[in-house]
Amino acid sequence: MFGLHYRLERKTLGFVLAVIGVASIGGLVEIAPLFTINQTVEDAPDMRVYTPLEVAGRNIYIREGCYACHSQMIRTLRDEVERYGPYSLAVESKYDHPMLWGSKRTGPDLARNGGKYSDAWHVAHLNNPRDVVPVSIMPAYSWFLRTPLRTDDLGKHLRSLRAVGVPYTDEMIANAPADAYGQAAPDSPFAEGVSKRYGEATTVRAFDGKPNELTEMDAIVAYLQILGRLTDAAHKPSVATETGPAGTKSAEAKPAEATPSGGKP
Amino acid sequence: MIAQLTIAERRLALAILVAVALCGLLLTIAGQGDPIGVHGLMFLVAGAVGIFVVIAGYLSPEPSAERLQHYYDEPTKFGIVMAMAWAVLGLFVGDWVAWLLVYPELTFDAGWASFGRIRPIHTTGVIFGFGGNALIATSFYVVQRTSRARLPDQLSPWFVLLGYNLFCLIAVTGYMMGITQSKEYAEPEWYADIWLVVVWVTYFILYVRTLARRKEPHIYVSNWYYMAFILVVAILHIVNNLAMPISLGQAKSYSAFSGVQDAMTQWWYGHNAVAFFLTAGFLGMMYYYLPKRADRPIYSYRMSIISFWGITFFYMWAGSHHLHYTALPQWVQSLGVTFSVMLLVPSWASAGNALLTLNGAWDKVRDDATLRFMMVAAVFYGLSTFEGSFMAIRQVNALSHYTDWTVGHVHAGALGWVAMITFGAIYATVPWLWKRKAMYSAGLVEVHFWLALAGTVIYVFSMWNSGIIQGLMWRTYNESGTLAYSFLDSLVAMRPYYIARAIGGLLFLIGALVGCYNIWMTIRAAHLHDPAADSSVPVPAPALQPGE
Repeated sequence: MFGLHYRLERKTLGFVLAVIGVASIGGLVEIAPLFTINQTVEDAPDMRVYTPLEVAGRNIYIREGCYACHSQMIRTLRDEVERYGPYSLAVESKYDHPMLWGSKRTGPDLARNGGKYSDAWHVAHLNNPRDVVPVSIMPAYSWFLRTPLRTDDLGKHLRSLRAVGVPYTDEMIANAPADAYGQAAPDSPFAEGVSKRYGEATTVRAFDGKPNELTEMDAIVAYLQILGRLTDAAHKPSVATETGPAGTKSAEAKPAEATPSGGKP
Repeated sequence: MIAQLTIAERRLALAILVAVALCGLLLTIAGQGDPIGVHGLMFLVAGAVGIFVVIAGYLSPEPSAERLQHYYDEPTKFGIVMAMAWAVLGLFVGDWVAWLLVYPELTFDAGWASFGRIRPIHTTGVIFGFGGNALIATSFYVVQRTSRARLPDQLSPWFVLLGYNLFCLIAVTGYMMGITQSKEYAEPEWYADIWLVVVWVTYFILYVRTLARRKEPHIYVSNWYYMAFILVVAILHIVNNLAMPISLGQAKSYSAFSGVQDAMTQWWYGHNAVAFFLTAGFLGMMYYYLPKRADRPIYSYRMSIISFWGITFFYMWAGSHHLHYTALPQWVQSLGVTFSVMLLVPSWASAGNALLTLNGAWDKVRDDATLRFMMVAAVFYGLSTFEGSFMAIRQVNALSHYTDWTVGHVHAGALGWVAMITFGAIYATVPWLWKRKAMYSAGLVEVHFWLALAGTVIYVFSMWNSGIIQGLMWRTYNESGTLAYSFLDSLVAMRPYYIARAIGGLLFLIGALVGCYNIWMTIRAAHLHDPAADSSVPVPAPALQPGE
C-alpha cells in the first residue's frame, strides 16, 4: 500500500484524480438517494405553496439573518415536542428553497410559531422586542414598519421558484403583486383573489395594523403566522407515525398527545 | 508590482481588467434599483483602478530573465498583509456581535448594523478573509519551496489573490445590504459565487502547473493537503450554490434544492468546508512550517499518508451529523455518526504526527513563541477533533445541538487550531520573506501568544458552560412531569457566559492587533535597511523529503 502511494505521489494528475474520486463517494452515497427514494418526503395532499406576501416575508427573514438564532426544525425528542409542538416532517419544508432549519437556538424554535401570537404582538415585538419581552436580546427591527414592501418583482420571484420545482400557476405568477397587496388589505378588491388562488384558509389581514399601507412588517408577520401551517400533516398521528421520517421512533415523541400551540390553519 | 510582469502579461492583465470592468458596467446598468447595482459598480471600479495601475506601470522595463532564478514571493507578501487586515476586521465584528448578545442596543438603528447582517461579516471575514488569504499566500510559498520550482507566471497569482479579496469584499458589503442566500458559510449570492469559481479554477491551474514544473520527484505532504483543499472546496462550492436567480439584474436567487435535500447538501457543504478549508488547508500549512521551525523531520511518513486519505474519505460522509433527530432519514444520520467517529483516527494521526515531530525540540517550544503557536494549534486540533467526533454521537448531539456548545466547539477549532497555526506560520514566514533575522520583537510574539491562548480558553470554557446548561435546562422536567424551565429562563441564565465570551474574544482581538504592529515594524525595518529587498534567492529545498 505504501509502495503504491510512493508511486502515486510522483504523479500530479493521478493524485488529483485520486483526491476527486475518494472525496466524491460520501456525497454521492448520502445525497443522491435522497432525490430518488420516495419515502424521504411524506405525501401531504393539503400542502399549499407560500403566497407572494409570505414569500416576500420569508425573504426578509433570510435577509435579516433570523435563521442564525432561530431554528425551524423540531427534533423527535420528547422535550422539544412538548415545548414547541409536533416534530417537523420533511414535507413541511418541501417548498423551502433554501430550507431554514437552522443550527442554533439563541432564540426559540419557530417551526410551529404560526398562530401562536397575535399580529399586534408580532408587530410590537419586531419593532422592539424588549417592549413585550423585557429580557429579550433579539435585535429591534424598527425599519420594518417604515419601509414599504417592494412588490413589483414578485412575479419574477414566483417564476424563479417554479423553475426550481414549486408548483405556482401562471395565474399566481401574473397576479403576484396584486395578491401581495390584497392579503394585507382585507377590504380591498384584491383580497378575494388571494383566497381564490391560495385557498379559503389563507389568512387575509392587515398584519401591521395599517390596511392601506403595505410595509415589510406586513410581509414578515404574514410569514411568521404561516410557519407550521402550510399542511396539517404533522398534526395527524397516523401520517406522522406511518410515513414519518424513516426510523423516527414514535416512542421518542408522541405528536398526537402534544399539540400545545399548533392549531389548525 | 506591474514592473514584475512581462509585457505579454501586462497586455493580458489589461484584457482581463477590461473584461471585469465591462461585466461591472453591465451589472451596474442591469441592476439599477437593486443592491446588485452597487456590486456592479464595485466590479467596475476594481477593473478601472486596475487598468489605471497597469497603464501607469506599462512602460517600466521588463523584468530581467534573472528573476526566473528566484522564487516569486511578492504575492505571498500581499496575501499575508491582507490576512492580517481581514483578521482584525473579522475579529472586531465578531466581538461586536458577541457584545450585542449582552447589550442588544449596542448598535445603530439601521438594517446594515443589525446583528443578523453583521454576524456573517464576522464568519466570512475570519474564515474566508483571514483564513483564505493565509492559505493562498502560504500555499504559494510552500509549493515553490517543496517543489523547487518558481510559480509558472507572474500574473495568475495576482489574479487569484486580488480576485479572491474582491470576492470577500463583495460578500461582506452584500450582507450589510441584505444580500444573502442564508446558506451558512455560503452566504454570497449567485454572481459572487460565479466570480469565485473563476478565481478558484485559476488557482487550481496555477497550482497544478507549479507542481508539474517541480524538480523534486515526490509531491510533498503539504501539497497533498493544499491540493485537496483547492479541489474539494471547488466541488462543494459549485454543488451547494446551484441556484436560480430571479433575473440577471437582481441579486436574489432561489436554491435549486429544497427542504430535506437542501439540508443534507448544505451540511455536506458546511461540514466539509470545515474539513477542507479549515482542516486540510491548515494541515498543509502545519506540515511545512512546524517541521521547518522546529528543524526536525516529520515523525512519520506513513502516518501522513493514513491521515491524509482518512480525512479525504471519511469527512465527506460526516455532514449528516448536523441533522440528528431531524426529518432527515435515519440511515443518513447513522452513516454520519459512523464516519464521524472513525474520523478520530486520521485526525489524531495528524495531531500526533505533529506533536511527535517536536520530540527533541521541546526546548525550542519553550523558548520560541512562534513554534509554541504551532504546538498549541496541534493540541487544539486534537482536542477539537475529539470533541467533534463525540458531539456527532446521536445521544450527545441531542443535548449539544442548537446550543452554544456548538459555538464553543467551532471556536476551539477556529481560534485554537486555525488561527494559532496561521499566526505561527505568519511569524515564521514574515522574517523569511522580508529578509530579516527575526521578527521586530520576540517579546510581542510572546504577548500575542498568551493573549490568544487566554482568549481562546476563556471563550471555549464559557461556551461549554452556557451550552451544556442551556441543553440541560431545555430538557429538565419537574416532579409533575412537565418542563421545568421556559425558554426565557435559559436565556437569562446565559448572560454571564455571554459576557465572558465577549471578553475572551476581545483578548484574542487585542492579540491580533499586537501581531499587526509587530509585523508592520518588521516590514518597515526591512524597507529601511534595504529598500530593494525583493525576491528571495532559491535555497536548497527544505530538508524535509516525503520519503525520508
